[in-house]
Amino acid sequence: MSLNNQGRPTGAGAAETPSTPTTISGDRGLDHEEVLIFELGHGAVGVDLPDMKVSDERLGGMRRKAGIGLPGISEPETVRHYVRLSRMNYAIDAGLYPLGSCTMKHNPRLNEKMARLPGFGDLHPLAPASATQGALVLIAELMNWLTSLTGMPAVAMSPKAGAHGELCGLLAIRAALEARGEGHRRRILVPESAHGTNPATAAFAGFTVDEVPAMPDGHVDADALEAKLGPDVAAIMLTNPNTCGLFEPRVKEMADAVHKAGGYFYCDGANFNAIAGKVRPGDLGIDAMHINLHKTFSTPHGGGGPGAGPVVLSERLAPFAPLPLLVHDANGLRLVETRGEAPEGAQPFGRMCAFHGQMGMFVRSLSYMLSHGRNGVRQSSEDAVLSANYILASLKDVMSAPFGDGPCMHEALFDDSFLEGSGVTTLDFAKAMIDEGYHPMTMYFPLVVHGAMLIEPTESESRESLDRFIHVLRELALEAKAGKTGRFEGAPHFAPRRRLDETLAARKPVLRWKPPPLREAAE
Amino acid sequence: MSETRYTDQHEWVRLDGDSATIGITKFAAEQLGDVVYVELPAKGKAVKAGAEAAVVESVKAASEVYAPVSGEVTGANDALSAEPSKVNEDPEGAGWFFKLKLADAAEFSKLMDAAAYAEFTKGL
Amino acid sequence: MRYHPLTSEDRRIMLAKIGAPNIDALFRDVPKGALAPLSAFELPDTQGEMEVERALSKLAARNIASGGAPSFCGAGAYKHHVPASVDHLIQRSEFLTSYTPYQPEIAQGTLQYLFEFQTQVALLTGMEVANASLYDGSTATAEAVLMAQRVTRRGKAILSGGLHPHYAETVETVAGLTGAITRATVTPGKAEDIIALIDEDTACVVVQSPDVYGLIRNLRPIADAAHAKGALLIAVVTEIVSLGLLEPPGAQGADIVAAEGQSIGNGLNFGGPYVGLFATREKFLRQMPGRLTGETADAEGRRGFVLTLSTREQHIRREKATSNICTNSGLCTLAFTIHMTLLGEEGLSRLARLNHARASALAERLAKLKGVELVTPSFFNEFTLRLSRPAAEVVDALALKDILAGVPASRLGGADDLLIVAATETATDDDFSALEAGLKEVLS
Repeated sequence: MSLNNQGRPTGAGAAETPSTPTTISGDRGLDHEEVLIFELGHGAVGVDLPDMKVSDERLGGMRRKAGIGLPGISEPETVRHYVRLSRMNYAIDAGLYPLGSCTMKHNPRLNEKMARLPGFGDLHPLAPASATQGALVLIAELMNWLTSLTGMPAVAMSPKAGAHGELCGLLAIRAALEARGEGHRRRILVPESAHGTNPATAAFAGFTVDEVPAMPDGHVDADALEAKLGPDVAAIMLTNPNTCGLFEPRVKEMADAVHKAGGYFYCDGANFNAIAGKVRPGDLGIDAMHINLHKTFSTPHGGGGPGAGPVVLSERLAPFAPLPLLVHDANGLRLVETRGEAPEGAQPFGRMCAFHGQMGMFVRSLSYMLSHGRNGVRQSSEDAVLSANYILASLKDVMSAPFGDGPCMHEALFDDSFLEGSGVTTLDFAKAMIDEGYHPMTMYFPLVVHGAMLIEPTESESRESLDRFIHVLRELALEAKAGKTGRFEGAPHFAPRRRLDETLAARKPVLRWKPPPLREAAE
Repeated sequence: MSETRYTDQHEWVRLDGDSATIGITKFAAEQLGDVVYVELPAKGKAVKAGAEAAVVESVKAASEVYAPVSGEVTGANDALSAEPSKVNEDPEGAGWFFKLKLADAAEFSKLMDAAAYAEFTKGL
Repeated sequence: MRYHPLTSEDRRIMLAKIGAPNIDALFRDVPKGALAPLSAFELPDTQGEMEVERALSKLAARNIASGGAPSFCGAGAYKHHVPASVDHLIQRSEFLTSYTPYQPEIAQGTLQYLFEFQTQVALLTGMEVANASLYDGSTATAEAVLMAQRVTRRGKAILSGGLHPHYAETVETVAGLTGAITRATVTPGKAEDIIALIDEDTACVVVQSPDVYGLIRNLRPIADAAHAKGALLIAVVTEIVSLGLLEPPGAQGADIVAAEGQSIGNGLNFGGPYVGLFATREKFLRQMPGRLTGETADAEGRRGFVLTLSTREQHIRREKATSNICTNSGLCTLAFTIHMTLLGEEGLSRLARLNHARASALAERLAKLKGVELVTPSFFNEFTLRLSRPAAEVVDALALKDILAGVPASRLGGADDLLIVAATETATDDDFSALEAGLKEVLS
């Protein structure tokens, strides 16, 4: 049976799987199927708590009338359920994760141990300052690392993720413009190669987005950018190194141009892993840059979060950093949490979220930084760039690298021209990688290149690991080009699931389990 | 006698008298992939040529559908909310999006005819 | 260095393959002078695990952990007992070190638990559909206001005076760009007349229950009044355990629920990372921010799960996205769902009753003290006391005795003489006695 890109069958026929004997249980060796907790629940209990009777006296008449509908499962069943689920996931610990712009480096376990020290993990955010000095000192130390590595004077710590950091930076820019009486500046220049969060955040913050094209060599068209500058421009938002994996050679010139035009330079720091400890973005003229602690500084990706996105700020923007602010006073360190207590000159634009930021990720990042030291951070960046170039040099003869004539930074970009005429798409290629035991690279991003494949190995791979990866991609590319498409059709064949029908999921959304009688009523 | 014309944004317009039926072309539907959802304009809404009139979503993309001509919306293809697949199955027939009462006939004649549109898509 | 597999020999071989003389040749596009020497960074060099552990342990030891002292702080973050298996399970490699489930065939573990989580949140809140989590309760509240502005096509949002001030400020910072945000004033311990403020320009009314002072609110009349004017009710819950004992917002007419899930599965962590819960009505589905996991089938007809309705999101819709959010709370979400699974219906109900019983007992004891007056007539596990001395001074004095007496309302911009006190299942009778004795001494 053939499948379209969304996994929907487009014709009749048997599935192309290697013939394996079926089992009685439906499980296959160590590959176990696992039902939903709602299908497991049977009135057992996973915790032992006393059965208190409470009167209605202090409940304001708002006692719950109906049950909730949660299943009851014991501890052994719970453990088994989640262990089985975990075994259906790919992970960095298990294999190379070549996702461009995600920086899937090793997550050191020391970081996990440190974050769980009771003095950090069990500390209440609103405990009095005298009870939290150690935590405040840690935040101050991390702030010092971030400002030192970036060559910037200030940093806002509260944003909870990269996109949240982008919003923080843009709101600081907005506040700075208003303070100058130039709140009419509403246009932000964003490269067409930018990550979707950039225009989304700009629109969110009340700006209009004006796209700047890319040049054939993969860099932002600096001339076009400069031509678009004007008295209504609030800022430019650039990623450097950019989303094609290239350093922007005219970055300083663009910074100077936007400053001359009265605007600011926001830098998306997603690719900081190429230059940390080697280049200071502050030396390039940026005004604000968010740092993804879950990328560059190894805090775990955790299946999608949590992240942390502190934002370094220039002298011009520092006064507008959001609450809370960390200050020194006679008693030590203290958090300034209201505008009223803000020190002289501080004009915080508001608050990004409750409390003080992702302390759990701060501890992990500082543990990473202290372990590496400045020389280790620098070595990480150099190894990341070296590994990406090694992959580029080893594959550009069989795969097509649109900007492969020169070196790349920490990620190598390929497009699908090498697959032209083969009948194999970037998607098929990626799904075949799954069968080979690899998570696919970032696909179809950046949008400026057709069928993009963005590979970021990071510094955590050995040369043997890189050689094995290169060998597999090489063979896949050669097979596709030779018309041997067997592997690709209907891939993946060996994962816990075959290709999934995303069309069905979007046309008829089923977003929660419903107990059987309700389900029948819906059908 | 109805005539169909095309835009460079891959919409088609079929004119019957002053009633225009609008949808997206086969080319556009193929590029989008499986359509999962459409957002249609309300009856009575006035649209200008070139303005956003509807949205079509596939699994991986969402695209604006622009009004090829100006006019007042007289109806929308409500069947698409239950069966967005019609857009893929018959984009230039049963998968139509909305109808409007044409305001300016000159706008219609400025659009590409079938031959010109075929040339246009060849180059993409 | 222990995290770098490449050796000098490897680097030499790789540079040769690339055809570059040295590593700096690969940085050729960096402007002259911008390649910083190592000395430019005034930072220490590599350290071993032992040294790092020593340094960080010293810092940790300077703080008063809630488990190591009588602790009565709440106001949006609550100390609960998290069963040992939760932290053990979330540290499995395949959960800890996996990425967002964009390749569903090799991420069914993540996708299935998110589907289970979405179901749990919908059940708890009494709503029809929930997303796969946002950053925290405060940003979830801001997202809810933005969504209400989109749905109603109106800008005005009315925030109850009982809404956590940090949440209100977050809403003002983010949603104030798209509409006028009004904060009602409330007398602590009483419900304000928020209904009088709703008009035809109102997009939404935002009410927290139990509120920041601990008062349990009745949302039904507010929901009805809002609906009569075409506005939405956003219900905020900062202590999710309360839903084990109290009527859920969904049963009271709420249109959107924004909540903080930290109490379940997640430690205090000095304010983050936490987990934002977001639930709403089916009819508003396409206006919902954040990730959504949906059920589907694979090519062999087996049930599976995928991220769906992604066209609302930033990576596709770009400037027309419902939000700019890119991550969810991942591991914190997992911790929540595992803990909730262990609790189950009976466990959550018992936990909630136990919390209320402990707080009620404490409130009774403290209200008998001279210089202490109980301000909140109804509450779940947190209540407010009026003291005869400024609460911040009392808290500071008791902290010197290693007692975390609660959160002074002045810390959140409230009155000087109010102390917000939380008592969960983790507070012992000895803790109660210590607090009682401490207050007696400080207030005499």
